[in-house]
Amino acid sequence: MNTLWACAVALSTCLYVLLDGFDLGVGMLSAFAATDEVRRDMMAAISPVWDGNETWLVVTGTILFGAFPLVYSTLLSAFYLPIIGMIIALIFRGVAFEFREKSTWSRPFWDRGFSFGSLLATFSQGVVIGAVIRGVPMTAGHFSGSMFFWWSGFSVLCGFGLCIGYTLLGACWLAGKVSVKVDVTAFRCIPWLMLAVSGFIATAFAISVYTHLQVMDRWSTRPYLAVFPLIALIGLACLLHGVHKRVSRLLFRAASLVFVAAFATLAASFWPYMIPFAVTIDAAAAPPSSLRFLFWGIGVFVFPLTLVYTGVVYRIFRGPVQGGYRDH
Amino acid sequence: MGMTALMLSRLQFAFTVSFHIIFPSFTIGVAAWLMLLETLHVITKHHVYRRLFDFWLKIFGIAFGLGVVSGIVMAFEFGTNWSRLSEVSGPIQGPLLSYESFTAFALEAAFFGVLMFGRTRVKPVSYLASVFMVALGTTLSSFWIMVNNSWMQAPVGFVVENGKFIPTSWTHIIFNPVVWVRFPHMVLAAYLTGAFCVAATGAWYRLQTRYAAESRVMLRMGLFLAAILVPLQILFGHLNGDYVHQLQPAKFAAIEARWHDEQPAAEVLFAWPDDRRETNHDEIKIPYLGSLVASTRFNSREVGLTDFSRADRPPVAIPFFAFRAMVAFGLVMLALAWLGTWCALRETLDGSRRLLRAIFFSYPLPFLATLAGWFTAEVGRQPWTVYGLLRTADSVSPNLTVSATLTTLIVYGVTYMAIFSFGTLCIYRVMRRGPDAVSPTAVETPLRPMTLGNRGKDASNEGVAP
Repeated sequence: MNTLWACAVALSTCLYVLLDGFDLGVGMLSAFAATDEVRRDMMAAISPVWDGNETWLVVTGTILFGAFPLVYSTLLSAFYLPIIGMIIALIFRGVAFEFREKSTWSRPFWDRGFSFGSLLATFSQGVVIGAVIRGVPMTAGHFSGSMFFWWSGFSVLCGFGLCIGYTLLGACWLAGKVSVKVDVTAFRCIPWLMLAVSGFIATAFAISVYTHLQVMDRWSTRPYLAVFPLIALIGLACLLHGVHKRVSRLLFRAASLVFVAAFATLAASFWPYMIPFAVTIDAAAAPPSSLRFLFWGIGVFVFPLTLVYTGVVYRIFRGPVQGGYRDH
Repeated sequence: MGMTALMLSRLQFAFTVSFHIIFPSFTIGVAAWLMLLETLHVITKHHVYRRLFDFWLKIFGIAFGLGVVSGIVMAFEFGTNWSRLSEVSGPIQGPLLSYESFTAFALEAAFFGVLMFGRTRVKPVSYLASVFMVALGTTLSSFWIMVNNSWMQAPVGFVVENGKFIPTSWTHIIFNPVVWVRFPHMVLAAYLTGAFCVAATGAWYRLQTRYAAESRVMLRMGLFLAAILVPLQILFGHLNGDYVHQLQPAKFAAIEARWHDEQPAAEVLFAWPDDRRETNHDEIKIPYLGSLVASTRFNSREVGLTDFSRADRPPVAIPFFAFRAMVAFGLVMLALAWLGTWCALRETLDGSRRLLRAIFFSYPLPFLATLAGWFTAEVGRQPWTVYGLLRTADSVSPNLTVSATLTTLIVYGVTYMAIFSFGTLCIYRVMRRGPDAVSPTAVETPLRPMTLGNRGKDASNEGVAP
């Protein structure tokens, strides 16, 4: 049961990274939109789904709360400032969808809120991931670090890395989705973003080896982990192929494959730890009575149903958007 | 009280949750109203319902967005600021909030997209179903939140092991009688919020002699609904009082500002409670009424605050005044709903500008009543987070510093002020323009001739359904 819920957390986190990843990426790209029209097209490509995407963050948070209360309470209080920074950023980007349409003189403010909000939210997530990889200071099962323990060169690098990664996802989502003008921009920037992502991964890897991060030991004891980076390479190859041949349908799928592989690499390296090398899945799990209650309602029924209707909603809004959805 | 991370965390939670509750209570009500409108439109094919639907959907969209972003804050605040609470009560509160995020958050978010952007992409029946799903989602959300909060108010179905709350019976937790008086109380509050906002909008257009057909529907439906729901709400309010009387005697005594045991007990109508001297100043009270209110008998013995040690008492002034404010707002709403309904039935409402103006200005009342009710319940629960078992002081995240908490409190404050004022401005603009701005190419109906262009300044109100 514990393992099952750990997988559920992994699945919803992965879904969040993919789904909100692309709309946060679109948010960051919107900062470079040349005209108001382009920006509106970009936002139209995500407006029906961004809210559902962000829900996976809340879902991940509450599954953690329900199934692994120790992880929820430890990580959220330890990362107090970056988490709240992320929330504030998400607020500004969330309200921008409605507010920019209804504003006149304040539109640039909400537009900036949208792109900076996307940037800050992504950066905070990257910093948190980076700091978790480096390790969270724990004594006797409780967090024992300072308010700013998460601030390090490595975590900041991860922050920027995630920004580039999400932007790549966003560009792949936009390609072929909106208008010719946006398409051209998207196709043009994808190769550069791929280059930047590769650069980031190489740097992060070098730093990990150089500073002897504990996670690197895992790689010598678990050589089969190498299969995930290989999958990522295949994804990158497909992406290149897609850009070269201008197959826009291929792009987002290929980029998703890269992200899933990267996520799986991390998850598999830390297994069975939920907070790396301090709290294991079994130590963090809620009592069986809590997990059973979650299983018979959410596990068997609601979670699969949610996946189904999320899929249905994506089907409804599939294909290219011309001029937004609002013209009914 | 000095500035501590505990104090600041409490302020922050109070601020963020008070801000948040405004939107769900509005959107639950408006979602139900949208459901009604779309159903009526599908059945009667009457164009006025479609126009009203499109109009209110616009307003719903803004409020829903604000509700979502401020709700995300709540989902994380238990962990960021109350890590001790979430660690020890996580086995119970966590699964309840998981259910909330799955059955409510995810449901309404997914179908909200269809509602706002999918009218042309799905069949009318699927569209109606999506409206139902959003309304169901908002209501389920309040259900799980009320189960969760009721467990903190009156914990049942658990044992304590190693300092953690381990659930033993989810049936007891979910079917706790306290849940089933508090959940209806909250849903009714939300429906009343919707009803009064709808009626107030109708009254506003009526006063401006715009949108005769729409304002008539809004006024009548809003007022009729309120006329039935306010008495029901008062009944559930009374049942809430019963559970507090039975399970949270200290809270009850604080609400009544009763310092010493009394038999028969008097009802304090007004006073300035004084925590330090354990007495009231400038008290106005009615003998026997206190016993009657508490136990429906004239000579019952009622508990006073001094029965509890100082460390176990809630602050008195906030529950005392908040409760009275809630009751006062409720009574004003009752008077307006009944008077308005009476006049609407006799077709004299349009002529009575004073009443219309009162209905227009009544829209803040349900919001204020809801907030006052929550302040009574939550401040009255102090000094506990889990009533009688876990103190608020032992619930806060131990690693928080004053400077960090103060910073986040200020940032939240500034952010919320910015989005709240702009959100209100947006809603105001939509309302000022009215339904025409949303569906400018109004299909001509025999009941609403477009003689005056699209401005709809026809003062006629002849024979429009219902």
